[in-house]
This record gives sequence, structure tokens and C-alpha cells, in this order.
Amino acid sequence: MQAKVKAKGAAQPLVITANRLGDGRVVWLAGASLGAEGQWSERVADAAIFLGDAADAGMAVAAKAEAAQMVVGAYVVEVAATPAGPAPLRSRERFRADGPSILTAAAA
Amino acid sequence: MDIADSFAELAIPQQSTRAGIYHYDAYDRAFLQERIAEFRGQVERRLAGALTEDEFKPLRLMNGLYLQLHAYMLRCAVPYGILSSQQMRQFAHVARTYDRGYGHFTTRQNLQFNWIKLVEAPDALAALAEADLHAIQTSGNCIRNVTTDEYAGAAADESVDPRVYAEILRQWSTLHPEFSFLPRKFKIAITGAAVDRAAIQVHDIGLAVKRDAEGRIGFEVWVGGGLGRVPVIGNKIRDWLGEDDFLAYMEAVLRVYNALGGRENIHKARIKILLRDVGPAKFTEMVEREFSWIPKEKFRIDPEVIAAIRAHFDPPPFAVLPNAAATLAQQVAANAAFAAWVEHNTHPHKQPGYVSAVISLKPIGGVPGDASADQMDAVADLADRYSFDEVRVSHIQNLVLPHVRQDELFEVWQALATLDLATPNIGTVTDIIACPGLDYCSLANARAIPVAQNLSERFRSLERQYDIGQLFLNISGCINACGHHHVAHIGILGVDKKGEEFYQITLGGSATNDAAIGDIVGAALSYDKVVDAVETIIQTYLGLRTSAAEKFIDAYRRVGMAPFKDALYAVA
Repeated sequence: MQAKVKAKGAAQPLVITANRLGDGRVVWLAGASLGAEGQWSERVADAAIFLGDAADAGMAVAAKAEAAQMVVGAYVVEVAATPAGPAPLRSRERFRADGPSILTAAAA
Repeated sequence: MDIADSFAELAIPQQSTRAGIYHYDAYDRAFLQERIAEFRGQVERRLAGALTEDEFKPLRLMNGLYLQLHAYMLRCAVPYGILSSQQMRQFAHVARTYDRGYGHFTTRQNLQFNWIKLVEAPDALAALAEADLHAIQTSGNCIRNVTTDEYAGAAADESVDPRVYAEILRQWSTLHPEFSFLPRKFKIAITGAAVDRAAIQVHDIGLAVKRDAEGRIGFEVWVGGGLGRVPVIGNKIRDWLGEDDFLAYMEAVLRVYNALGGRENIHKARIKILLRDVGPAKFTEMVEREFSWIPKEKFRIDPEVIAAIRAHFDPPPFAVLPNAAATLAQQVAANAAFAAWVEHNTHPHKQPGYVSAVISLKPIGGVPGDASADQMDAVADLADRYSFDEVRVSHIQNLVLPHVRQDELFEVWQALATLDLATPNIGTVTDIIACPGLDYCSLANARAIPVAQNLSERFRSLERQYDIGQLFLNISGCINACGHHHVAHIGILGVDKKGEEFYQITLGGSATNDAAIGDIVGAALSYDKVVDAVETIIQTYLGLRTSAAEKFIDAYRRVGMAPFKDALYAVA
């Protein structure tokens, strides 16, 4: 993932995502400068955007958050920067951001 | 007092003595409690940082806990797809207490909860254990939950009840020290009926238990079948294996695989790859050689033990009844909806006056295999009242009330109808198998559930479904093929193309006695083209079939791929 992203060049907007350790929920690195482990939001709209190699610094923050048992499985996601916030480019990450696209048996 | 005795004093409710399930004893329950305590400690150490994720992941997987796209998923074992009503109620309780009020029945006859929290997972497992349920060996490179015919012990076409041997396999394989770290996961299916409803030819080991002319019990042994990245029909390596040698032969197959199966490449580690590489003849020779020097007496099960296990599956106290043909005929004649349900959602029973009733978990537009907690409770109530406290899970992702009196079938149907569980579509184009796909699964490339929902809506007309006739349509969200797309008459496989969902269509697969792997029609289609593509395929079939009696699969085998491909990819 990282190498593929780097091949896109310095202009590619990126965000960092992970799952929260305690409940597994999808979270997005929102404020890398706020504390060593960053701040993690359940809303992709809150995700901090990194350009190209700047994501390495974000991943360093994510590594600390993993070491602090806050999150698990952090990785970089390509996004488009839109007025509404970062929009993941790949369908997989769009579903991670938005949740299941379906009504469940309980909700139907 | 040993630990089993101490746990025997726990106030754990007893399972129904009527349901044909394996009833735990104090030893089984003590084992489960020990296992949960062990996992609780592992979770605490993970949350405290004493275990890294790399250290913890194999431990949670051994307890059925996966980390998926949105949350942890707990895959609960339903040994060979059989539940007591009490166990079904406990699933409902766990769904409400630890999840979001529903669960998903899988093609391995298990149940998955999609929204479990790691911090609550030990409590969820403890709740499951109250009903003798667990999540052991629902993940990892071990022998997974053994699957069987959903009508086992009930089907009119059954010669030997496979549940006895499924249970023997369960006891033999549970925490088997030699087979807990195999090269890759290992799946066994067993059937005892003339019609294979357990897909034995596409399992690592497939077993057909049968009787010889003298009435002795033996097994036909298939090895090396499988789906996933390399779909392949298994090879029959024994036409007859005597009951005495059953476990010794299973040991021999597993030992050969454990010793020689690939461990360097996860995609080349299943037994089917070993079989392909060495060839069926050589593989069989190696198994027979291993079998020849295994001390048979060590693996021979005492007949008294087999009898004791068989006693768990004794027939429930059936009433002595005539077949209720006249009553049913009157009810069918008076109610077309009931008639359709009887025709499609029941299966002949070996006991006169009884029938097996299939509860469709495929309502039009619904999520295949999903059931709400309220539905689980209601099914449990129906099982209590009408089916000797027993429920089955089918690998087609439906439920079955195995033993229903024919003269009570109308009442069962009426009750199911009020629960939206009486869709009369078993075996039709809307009885779709679908894996969780990209809506939940971290491995998926594309969604499966909404594709199934859209197809279900397109073909919602029962008249049309019945005109199309028997048609198995399965959808997988990735090449791991949990949705069994390879063995569907029409299979749909989700793939990723530059970050977007595409779907490859296969035709001509089969999971039963005439097992076959489907052929790829052509280039993958985008999400919004799939429903129309299936429509085109079905219209092509309707146009070329010799009569309404010619099923889709038979027509495909007669004419081949060309007309379907031409119709699907014709340039205007």
C-alpha cells in the first residue's frame, strides 16, 4: 500500500485509518499534532490529509497509537480532497468510511 | 474432586432431551469454562499491552474472533448445523446483548455476529457456553466445523444417519494436538443420503456414509476438493472404508497432508494443491501406506462408545401416524399460498406422518442468511411446539424444522408467514447464497449482499421463479468463495478493478452428486450491469430449453456456453 501510494507522487492526498482496539470500529487519524498518539475520529470527514511522503509522519503517530493500545492495523488511504472533506478513492475504503450499504435484518 | 466434577455443580441449564443434538457432559462444560477463562486473560493482556497484535491475533482467531471492516466478528460454531431451541434462544440473547440484534447464518452452517466488541467478547462467549455453544475451530489452520445434510436423521432418502460420525469427527478433531497447526484450514463434510446435500465433492475430505449388502456401515472417501482460488472437484480415494477403520483412515489422510502440505505459500497450502502436485494415484498410495502402519486398534472406537453417541441422536418420540395426505390435500386445495410453500419448502421425512419444513432466510429483498433476534426466538418457539425442540442450519443459509407433523404443517406455515419467514422460494433463483462481502468482510473485493437483494427484487414474482424452475445462484465477494459461486448454476464473483467493484459470472457449476465447477462466461461486469446480465442469461435459457421440465443446469450442459456468451456480450 505504502509503495503504491508513493508512486502516485507528492500531490496525492492521503489519510490514515485503523480500527479501534477495544471495539474494532473504523477510525481516522484526525489530529496528528495533538498528542503523541494523535486524535482518532469515527468520521472520515475529520481525517487529517497528508500529501505524499508527509503521510510517513502520520504513520509514525499511528504506530505510537498502536503501541498505546488505542488502535490496530493502521494504514494509508488515498482520498480526494473535497469541500465535504476527504473522500476515499477505492470502494473498499468508501464502505469502511460509510458503513454497510445495506439494511440489516434487525433494521429492515 | 476433579475440575469436571466441580463444574458439574454449576447451574447450567440442561439441553432438551428431545432435540437430536450431542448433549454436553460435565467434562465438556468444564473444558469450555476453562477455555473462556483463558481467553478472558488473553484479552485483558492485549488491552493492557502485554500482548502485541501479532501475538494476540492467532489467539483470538482460535476463539472465532476476527477483525473485519467495521468491527470484530464472532463466528460461532453450530456443530454440523444442529441447534436445540434453547441454543437458538441463546443466539438471540447474544445478538441483543452483544451485537446489533441480528446474526448471519453461513455456508459452514455457523452463525456470525458482525458487531462484537473485543472488550465484551469473553462475556459473549460465556453467554454462548451457557447453552453449550462456542466458537472454537471456526478459524485457524485446523479442522473446521464438520458440515452435513440439513435433513440428517430425517430425510426419507437417507441410508445412514451422518450425525453420529460428524460428532465422532468433532470429538476427534477438537484440539487434536497433531492437527491444530495444519498447513491451512481443513473442511470435512459428510452425508448419509442418496442425494448429496452437503457438497462433499468440494471439501478437503468428503464422506458418504452408506451400508453394504450385508447392512454393514462404511464410507466413500473423497479428498482434495475445494473452492477458493483453485476450485477443484475432489478425488474418490476409497469406495468403501469400514466403520472400524474410520478414524484411522482420517488420521492417515491428515498425517500425509500435515507432513507434505505446503507451508510457504498460503495460496498453495490446501490439500487440493498437494493432491494436484503429486497426483491422485500417488496421494492415495501415500495415504494407504500411512494407514497400513497405523495401529488400527488405537483408533477403533469401542462399539459401546459409538452406541452411546448414537443414543444422542435417537429419533425423537414420534407419534405413530399415517401420512396426512388427505388433510394436506384439502389445505393445499383451499390455499394457493400454502400450496406453493408445501411444494417448495418441505422435504420428505422417513417417519410416516412427518415432514421437514424449510424456513427461508431469503425474503424478497432481504439479506441472505440474516435473522433478527426476534426471528430466532420465534423459530425456537416453533421448534419447541412443532419439531421436538430442534432446528437445523443449512449450508444454503436457511433454517429447517426437521420433524413437523404433516397435520400441523398448516399451523407452522401460518406462524412463519407472520414472521416474514415463509417465502416459498427454496431452490429458486431468489434462494441465493451470498457471503457478507464488502459490506462487512475485510477480505472482500466487492459487495455480495446488495447484488443478491437486487436480484431478489428483479425476480420477485413467484410465478416467474416457478417458471424458471430450479436454479442455484450464489455470490461471493472475493475469490475465497465463501458464497460457493463456483458450484452454482449461475455464479457471481466480486473482483476489484482499480478500486471499483466488478463481477465475473460463471455458469454450469453444481454442488451435489454431479458436482462441477462453473465456467467463466467472459469479462467482468460493473455493479450496475449484474442484474441485467443475469436476466439475459435466464431469458436465454427460457428461450432455448426444450420444455419447462428441462432445468437450467441440464439446458446448459446440453447447449454449452456459446448461446449464453453470445447473448451477454453481443455487440449491438
